Amino acid sequence: MSDVLLETRGLHVRFAARHGEIARAVDGVDLEVRHGEVLALVGESGCGKTTLARTIMGLERPAEGEIVFEGEPVRYEGRFLRGYRGKVQMVFQDPMGSLNPRRTIYEAVAEGLRIQKLPGDEAARVAEALARAGLRPPERFLQLYPYELSGGQRQRVVIAGAMVLNPSLLVADEPVSSLDASVRGEILKLMLELVREAGVTILVVTHDLGLAWNIADRIAVMYLGRIVEEGPAEELLSNPRHPYTRALLSVVPEAEEMEQQILQGEAPDPTRIPPGCRFHPRCPLVASGEAARLGIEERCRTDDLALHEIVADHQAACHAL
Amino acid sequence: MTAPLLSVRDLHVTYRSEAGPVPAVRGVSFDLHPGETLGLAGESGCGKSTIAGALLKVLPPGTEVTGEVLLDGEDVLQMKPGRLRAVRWTEMSIVFQGALHALNPVQRVGNQIEEAIETHRTTPAATARVAELLELVGLPARRAGDYPHQLSGGQRQRVLIALALACNPRVLIADEPTTALDVMVQAQVLELLERLQRELALSMIFITHDLSTLSYVCRRTAVMYAGRIVEEGPAEEVFAHPRHPYASALAAAFPLIGDHSHRMNPSGLPGDPPDPRAIPSGCPFHLRCAVVQPECPELDVELWPAGDGRRAACIHVLAGAAP
Ligand SMILES: Nc1ncnc2c1ncn2[C@@H]1O[C@H](COP(=O)(O)OP(=O)(O)OP(=O)(O)O)[C@@H](O)[C@H]1O
Ligand SMILES: Nc1ncnc2c1ncn2[C@@H]1O[C@H](COP(=O)(O)OP(=O)(O)OP(=O)(O)O)[C@@H](O)[C@H]1O
Ligand SMILES: [Mg+2]
Ligand SMILES: [Mg+2]
Repeated sequence: MSDVLLETRGLHVRFAARHGEIARAVDGVDLEVRHGEVLALVGESGCGKTTLARTIMGLERPAEGEIVFEGEPVRYEGRFLRGYRGKVQMVFQDPMGSLNPRRTIYEAVAEGLRIQKLPGDEAARVAEALARAGLRPPERFLQLYPYELSGGQRQRVVIAGAMVLNPSLLVADEPVSSLDASVRGEILKLMLELVREAGVTILVVTHDLGLAWNIADRIAVMYLGRIVEEGPAEELLSNPRHPYTRALLSVVPEAEEMEQQILQGEAPDPTRIPPGCRFHPRCPLVASGEAARLGIEERCRTDDLALHEIVADHQAACHAL
Repeated sequence: MTAPLLSVRDLHVTYRSEAGPVPAVRGVSFDLHPGETLGLAGESGCGKSTIAGALLKVLPPGTEVTGEVLLDGEDVLQMKPGRLRAVRWTEMSIVFQGALHALNPVQRVGNQIEEAIETHRTTPAATARVAELLELVGLPARRAGDYPHQLSGGQRQRVLIALALACNPRVLIADEPTTALDVMVQAQVLELLERLQRELALSMIFITHDLSTLSYVCRRTAVMYAGRIVEEGPAEEVFAHPRHPYASALAAAFPLIGDHSHRMNPSGLPGDPPDPRAIPSGCPFHLRCAVVQPECPELDVELWPAGDGRRAACIHVLAGAAP
């Protein structure tokens, strides 16, 4: 379909972990990012969000599966990747770490242009990108160093550095989690502006469902390397289907009216993905006996399952659905 | 109402720095009643941790502190070192901000807790107390033998809480206890703190920049801006119907999922937090305020009554109209 900008097909990413074990950080992800949308990828710490984002950027090479961008599979060779990385840009999880303290703001933003060896007026493009990121007038910021800026301004510089190349896709990994509450909304507004005015598509990685309510058209919920629910943001947040999504939503202070379902234990370990539905050891439906009552408990424990459509455009992977 | 357990009066804290004095806390007063949880919110740098440090007198040498911190009527700021040592941990203790990495990496966590109970020796009584404390914070007693690196972030936070509780304090100060943690683990730690508060009848000061968390754990909340409290009242009310424009902006940054006025419409606060060395005149918030009045840059704001046990430092409250 032509409204798909990027697609992952059967994507697996594995890392060598301790004691010769293998961490299946991304474990079979089929995800569509559609033209002009904001797609939020949400899930607990360690579920594989950053790994998936980095793989989409071409920074990790999948063990299996492929990434298809504008209809063309991503190839892992220098020329192709360089062109690809001009069209797909990433804002990394740690904004301080992604700015070199000894480089001016001008140099930070111009870096992408230089790597891509783009012709044209570099100074004008840098100024335009800064202004677009809300740093106005840009001349005021060009010769400053990162330490002279506030946290919110630094994040704008990072966004300007990504947007200077006019990418089709911006992957933003936790773009506001290190920022103050008051600044957070301003950065989210900027991201919506970029979609509306610069026509960019955004994949935003976050653990924050309130953020998804603020800016996302669609949401994909990730659990232990897999997407377990996906759908339009409003529909998914007002009517979450997967028990994991329901638990996640119930602990968000911003979502009232739900009885809290605090899952015990830490985010699970990708070196030991349980058989069957990967969520079953923590699943409230299994623990409460509801799964047994529905006669599905055996399948929960043994049958791995894929996403299936629940209502139009809304998919989940749960035996109870 | 019972007498307050802790009463802070006109607290001022000024750090010394090479670039001159830093007035981080500029006249803060509040009461903490027995068994109550008070929230302290506000953006980075507004002075929350500084207040926590002043309550226990653990600020860098040379820092100027004035005002009163009355614990059962006795001023902590005037205590002699010996008395202070007796009060710290046994009367009032703290879970420091960002302390997840402060545990000694080469010492088993059980021994670190023993040190806090000041036995320094592994006696059967100490072992039993360590086990009791670990179970209190939801960890199996056998984790006493673990080193910090064998624990996850949430488990380390539980150990830190156990440490703070080792000497049965009456007041627990928790400075951003959930900030570095994952959502689900955050919920676990909040649930723990709430349970401890109830079971041990602790009085708690809960510090965070996340107003939405506060309304969940605290009965009362104070919102700080530039070293002062600008609004205080019942936590739910302050979050749902803030009276100070800054508290409004902070609350709006955490949209209620399902609230359509925030759907595809994030809300933020333009401008940057003030530098404590150059605090704007009059109402310190006037430069960023959406409902600023001509008199605000000159106005001497204080916490005015704002109905129902609430107070706010805004001219709109003084005028009797909601901002
Ligand atoms: N280079 C690596 N080598 C080995 N394991 C890795 C590597 N990168 C990630 N992992 C593991 O893969 C899993 C997924 O990590 P990832 O960083 O993608 O999670 P995340 O969802 O982004 O988490 P967070 O919300 O904490 O940022 C984790 O268990 C992590 O320990
Ligand atoms: N030792 C110090 N010397 C000089 N200035 C300091 C010192 N410690 C803190 N400050 C300044 O005092 C102000 C208040 O700091 P404080 O740590 O109390 O803020 P906070 O509200 O706890 O912020 P955060 O949410 O980031 O923890 C800040 O401007 C900070 O830079
Ligand atoms: Mg990550
Ligand atoms: Mg602090």
